[in-house]
Amino acid sequence: MIRHGIGPHAARDGNSDAMPAGLEVSNSKARGLALFADMLRIRLIEEAIAARYAEQEMRCPVHLSIGQEAAAVGVCQGLRPDDLVFSTHRCHAHYLAKGGSLPAMLAELYGKATGCIGGRGGSMHLQDPDVGLVASVPIVGGSIPLAVGSALADALDGRDRVSVCFFGDATVEEGVFHESANFAALRSLPVLFVCENNLYSVYTPLHERQPNRPIETLAKAHSIATYHVDGNDVDAVLAATETAAAAARAGRGPSFLLLDTYRWREHCGPNFDNHIGYRTEDEYQHWRLGDPIARLRQALAVSGIDMAEAEAAMTGRMDAEIEAAFRFAAQSPLPVPADAWEHVYA
Amino acid sequence: MPESVLSETGEAKTRIISYADAVREALTECGKRDRNVLFLAEGIADPSSVYGTTKGLGTHCPDQLIEMPLSENALVGIAVGAALSGKRPVINFHRVEFALLAVEQIVNNAAKAHYISRGRHSVPLVIRLVIGRGWGQGPEHSQSLESIFAHFPGLKVIMPTFPRDAKGMLIAAIRDDNPVIVIEHRWCHYSTGAVPEGDAIEALDGPRVVRAGRDVTLVGTSYATLEALRAADALAAIGVEAEVVDLRVLRPLVPDLILDSVGRTGRLVTIDTGWWRYGIGAEIVAEVTTRRFGALKSAPIRLGMPEHPTPSSRGMVPGVYPDAVGIVAAVGRQMELAEDAVASVQAALTQARGGLPPDVPDPFFKGPF
Repeated sequence: MIRHGIGPHAARDGNSDAMPAGLEVSNSKARGLALFADMLRIRLIEEAIAARYAEQEMRCPVHLSIGQEAAAVGVCQGLRPDDLVFSTHRCHAHYLAKGGSLPAMLAELYGKATGCIGGRGGSMHLQDPDVGLVASVPIVGGSIPLAVGSALADALDGRDRVSVCFFGDATVEEGVFHESANFAALRSLPVLFVCENNLYSVYTPLHERQPNRPIETLAKAHSIATYHVDGNDVDAVLAATETAAAAARAGRGPSFLLLDTYRWREHCGPNFDNHIGYRTEDEYQHWRLGDPIARLRQALAVSGIDMAEAEAAMTGRMDAEIEAAFRFAAQSPLPVPADAWEHVYA
Repeated sequence: MPESVLSETGEAKTRIISYADAVREALTECGKRDRNVLFLAEGIADPSSVYGTTKGLGTHCPDQLIEMPLSENALVGIAVGAALSGKRPVINFHRVEFALLAVEQIVNNAAKAHYISRGRHSVPLVIRLVIGRGWGQGPEHSQSLESIFAHFPGLKVIMPTFPRDAKGMLIAAIRDDNPVIVIEHRWCHYSTGAVPEGDAIEALDGPRVVRAGRDVTLVGTSYATLEALRAADALAAIGVEAEVVDLRVLRPLVPDLILDSVGRTGRLVTIDTGWWRYGIGAEIVAEVTTRRFGALKSAPIRLGMPEHPTPSSRGMVPGVYPDAVGIVAAVGRQMELAEDAVASVQAALTQARGGLPPDVPDPFFKGPF
């Protein structure tokens, strides 16, 4: 059961930056700008976290999604507000893309009482049930069955809601993925399995962990519909999500989205780590050229939008929002030791 | 206000039924009254129907039965996810050992969702785990793993011993907004007792004194409580009055009644269905020695399974499971009873068993209790 409306934050952070004032654009351009703004905002937030991490105020592990923003934004923009999302240790982008409160997220990283869960989980457990980010679980694969169970409840109760679980390429090595996929397919549950293939499990490359076979064949073996798309192409991610979500809502069962992308920074922490020997600078630069934000910026510019002007307006507002959110986090009180004893039992 | 079946005197009507039937009644009552109650098990509606405990659920609540693929970890996670979305799943494993495959979801998601969410999520989930014993069940079908689950804050862990509790505590567990691990002993399934009809809830509030006595406190869990009762009955023949406490609720542990009992008797013997080392008895002994040290007249004794896996052959079973004979021996040591008196009680117990092999239940334990 989820109790609604008692979170620490009543106001939401809308993406009012999507449409620069006075700029007349078509619906598709407006949507493109909205997607761009969502990705840019997540990028700026994560870069701000990286820049401030050494201050030792965010005293918890952080797993940044820089470079992978199109997956989070494309999927979440393809959902309805009442759809549910379940995430992993690398959850910042999913939380933000689903509409989670930024001040509450940063306060959570700061370990503050005003954090989205009051400092109980830190960076790896972000949740905001009011916007449908139900849970983030840092045990690989751990949140997948939660999404399937939520979908089971919806299917039994006749709700046309969709449940989405995000996970990485290594998760398909886990038994719980296959157990969950089997059950979701068996009962045609409205679930989207979203696999962000960033090629690495911590430092270990995909080819050292899995045989040379397309990852999506694992889902196909469970008779699940699959979509293999460029995970740095936010439009492609969005389109696949909309198709898969519509199928799920229509009772046609789960889908598996394989999104090819790349983690720019280290597995855990704020730094680049191309020099330590597990991957090459060349590989990083290759993926850096495929930056999902730069690609959309280019596409929107080609469509006739003055991106310099649009982005400047966005960045100005976002920087102010981010600065205010960090200030909120820094100034918020720490929880007190007695809080640790609360909510052990319902 | 829960409806219940009342007799003319205002008491709920009771019948003598088996523990397994009591479980079935609890599931049926809860399923009929609340359509959000879901039942998940491997073979939930097959001819054996989880030892008969889920028989007939398909008639009363056909849309609430979820047949479970052999996916223990995912299915517990799926049950947690369904619970987060308003369902009250009751999931069953035919042996506690299968739950080892699901410990990740039990420990991380079920036990902590409420805590992590600062109270916004709750997980009204019941996980029924059956302990096997005897008839060659062997190393991986006869373990008693309650102390594993009792370790984790956020879980409730109960071991109903008597048919009345089997029904009432299970109803309470299903209505509880927390994840509740219910451990049922297969040999308790056969016991009988007076059980109220209808919606007869029994609170998950802690231990009960099931036999009063002044000389020694015997604390048992589940089937071990039945052995303790039998030992207490036998000890009465030589004038020893043992108090028997049925622990019922392992977590959250409410030790007050045990502390009071030992405060009166000055002696404590714990009887685990599992291994004595790191067992539930170890926790009880620790509570008592920490908080009632001055009341103790002798060192507490922990009984339980010896420190080796359980072999299959009946040739190796004698001495593996703690029984009334062993409990009498422990009480004899604590009270410094005359050896011949202890031997006479043990001989009477052995004789009453009538030469039954050690790997089948004693008819004594069928009750009614």
